[in-house]
Amino acid sequence: MTETTEDQSAEVVLRLTDVVKTFPGVRALDGVQLEVRAGEVHCLLGQNGAGKSTLIKVLAGVHRPDEGQIEWLGQDFAPANPQAAMKAGIATIYQELDLVEDLSVSENAFLGHEPRAFGFVRRGFMARHTREILGKLGHAEIPPSRLVRSLPAAGKQVVSMARALSHDARLIIMDEPSAVLAHDEVANLFRIIRGLTAQGIAVIYISHRLEEIREIGDRVTVLKDGRTTAANLPARSTPTRDLVSRMTGRTIEYVFPEPVPAVSGAEELLRVEGLTRSGEFADVSLTVHSGEIVGIAGLVGSGRSELLETIFGARRSEAGTVRMAGKVLRPGSVSAAVRAGLGMAPEERKSQALLLGEPIYRNVTLSTFSEYARAGFTNAGREIDEANRIADQLDLRPRDVRRAVRTLSGGNQQKVVVGRWLLGDTRLLLLDEPTRGVDVGARAELYQVIRDLAAQGVGVLLVSSEVPEVLGLADRVLVMREGRMVHEAPAGQIDEDTVLDLVMAGSLQVEEVTI
Amino acid sequence: MTAQTAPAPVKEPEHSAPEKRSWWRDDASESMRRNLGLVGVLIALIVVGIITKPDLYSDGAWVRSNIFTILELASVIGVVTVGMTFVIIGGGIDLSVGAIIALAGVWSTTLATQDLGPGGMIFCALAVGIGVGVVNGILISYGRLVAFIATLAMLVAARGLAAQLSDKQTQVSNSDFINGLAANDFLGVPVLVYILAAVVAAGWVLLNRTTFGRRTVAVGGNPEAARLAGINVKRHTLLLYALSGLCCGIAAIMLTSQANSAQAAMANLYELDAIAAAIIGGTLLSGGRGTIIGSLLGVLVFSTITNLFAINNLSTEVQNMVKGGIIVAAVLVQQVQFKSLSQFFAKNNKITTS
Repeated sequence: MTETTEDQSAEVVLRLTDVVKTFPGVRALDGVQLEVRAGEVHCLLGQNGAGKSTLIKVLAGVHRPDEGQIEWLGQDFAPANPQAAMKAGIATIYQELDLVEDLSVSENAFLGHEPRAFGFVRRGFMARHTREILGKLGHAEIPPSRLVRSLPAAGKQVVSMARALSHDARLIIMDEPSAVLAHDEVANLFRIIRGLTAQGIAVIYISHRLEEIREIGDRVTVLKDGRTTAANLPARSTPTRDLVSRMTGRTIEYVFPEPVPAVSGAEELLRVEGLTRSGEFADVSLTVHSGEIVGIAGLVGSGRSELLETIFGARRSEAGTVRMAGKVLRPGSVSAAVRAGLGMAPEERKSQALLLGEPIYRNVTLSTFSEYARAGFTNAGREIDEANRIADQLDLRPRDVRRAVRTLSGGNQQKVVVGRWLLGDTRLLLLDEPTRGVDVGARAELYQVIRDLAAQGVGVLLVSSEVPEVLGLADRVLVMREGRMVHEAPAGQIDEDTVLDLVMAGSLQVEEVTI
Repeated sequence: MTAQTAPAPVKEPEHSAPEKRSWWRDDASESMRRNLGLVGVLIALIVVGIITKPDLYSDGAWVRSNIFTILELASVIGVVTVGMTFVIIGGGIDLSVGAIIALAGVWSTTLATQDLGPGGMIFCALAVGIGVGVVNGILISYGRLVAFIATLAMLVAARGLAAQLSDKQTQVSNSDFINGLAANDFLGVPVLVYILAAVVAAGWVLLNRTTFGRRTVAVGGNPEAARLAGINVKRHTLLLYALSGLCCGIAAIMLTSQANSAQAAMANLYELDAIAAAIIGGTLLSGGRGTIIGSLLGVLVFSTITNLFAINNLSTEVQNMVKGGIIVAAVLVQQVQFKSLSQFFAKNNKITTS
């Protein structure tokens, strides 16, 4: 494994110096250093929001950096668009594979640069060439004429890589390639990656799973809050503690309100037992009491959002029960859940919760307007009054509830979604990533809102990929990994590093592994 | 994320007193502006009429009767368009409206139904309309068929059934009451115009003042958000197609009374007229936005054009070409409007969101 890759003399193909990329309101990249050598697997590590995706997009030619230098094969590199980056030899394999399902393997591999003669695609040549590339990838068994639709996820990934090779890529960026793969398929992926690096191709590998990084990686660069906090650490010998602390060392100031001591002997509101949906999560049990905030920590893809949606009835459970105040909820029925006093602020605010073009007040009353109606006629006056009350309570800005929701900032849109459930008889609130896309000031306000709700006796079940948020806000922490609850602890008795270990590795033993 | 270029939330007493914005810039009046544009088009069309036929327009009695001609022309398609507007705002499409009218018209004029008298005929037409609408709705919301496909299939099937029922014959209506709807006036206004007015008024109230209307906008604007807010999206979708079917039932009676008969080929291509009218009236084809008044204006624009060509003795071929042009022009104009608006919001977002 450690053939030529640890060789210090290998040529540096890519070097980033002080790269900065600013989006309105956010400095997504704030001085990134990165150095990638030919034939190495360079791992990028960082929490959600650390800037990994932005960095990939800068390299792939999707975004252009505001400041800093990118040197590719010894020359300044400023791709005007993704095609230019591809032509220069940098290929990116995104998590959501960008393949055309109804085209064949070879057509996908050569999409956009089909070999042509007199305006006709040279199908035979293309097929031959594709077969050759697939052979190089160790997958000669995939027929070039097969439709991509009929391939399994792992096969599609191979096609993506074939596309990269059809461009003679010298650097392949892989964004969490193992996320879509089963365990034995990961081994195959690693075999392919080793084959690529043996040919001198560099790979930037992004994954949340530390054990993978240890197995396939040569060097690690850690990003945090858009900055490189550690560069070129040896992937195998750096202790887990070091990696984790460089990922988490605080700079964001999380301002959490003072925790209110939980009332002992509070009424149990929610009891979930053995809840299962195959492929998403299995055998999940948990409870939430009145006035309690329970936080679920877990990565994207750990099944946490699916779990919340299933509790809420937006997905139908396959096994297990959800009880609200002792009564079993009908599976797969949102209206039953709402009647029982559940409310949910889903992960994707804009696509799952809001009518962007409609006024604020209609969004706030979206689940209660029929309660204010008389004989089927809506009562706009009452709705506006109620929405104003919520706006006061949550300090919504601007206060004019007749404005379209679209004109609000992310934080205020989230207040609208949360506020919706304050109107009904909501006794348990499910919050999925409540502070995503919300700026620091509004975050603190939302935290206060959540605490206030709990103080009024509302139970809260919160999901967040930001561990500090879970720890700072919740009374009790559950850790979820690959569809299972792996740990439960009172918030005071668990620290961030432990949670991150659990989230990524699932066992506390990993820190002892040093090769 | 550390450096915030967005201004920190300023704790100014901007609350309690919502800033007064002119109604012209208000979001709610966006559709009103669009409707004023359509009124402008209508006036322009009438001006063209006055210029081309000054002799006719100088006769007050003729002008009065011509207005009713236009309104009568608009009445049947107007009723259909009200139902279509609901379906489209709710995120669907109903291609089967013309076929439903034909089936309802034929069914209500069979000899057996006519024996039941005008009441039976009306009941039959409405029941057939609602029934077919419910089938559409079940196929779409519970059978998970795409609305386009389900109603396309219904378009073919319902006309086939209508041809079967009528044995491809024209069925004459013997009911004086039904036939009188088109022939008679009440207080100088044709009865069909009253029906149109009633349906439009009911549609307006339903859309703007009831929970049904609110659900329609929510279901069409963001079905996932509606579902997660506890709205029964499937049942509501079904009801929307039933409503469209009901409007078709009403239209079937009106059309039967105009012709004093019904046949399987009646109301041909009404689905296209209704969709076109709704769209130039500002209804978003992807759902979530639209107005009844806009749709009515869209229908009136079309019937005014037809009338304009008729009084100038121009062929229907030219007329169809102009209609096609108008649809494109209306949508283009709205797109430009919408684009600049969304650009405005895009800018706005950059400043306000993190």
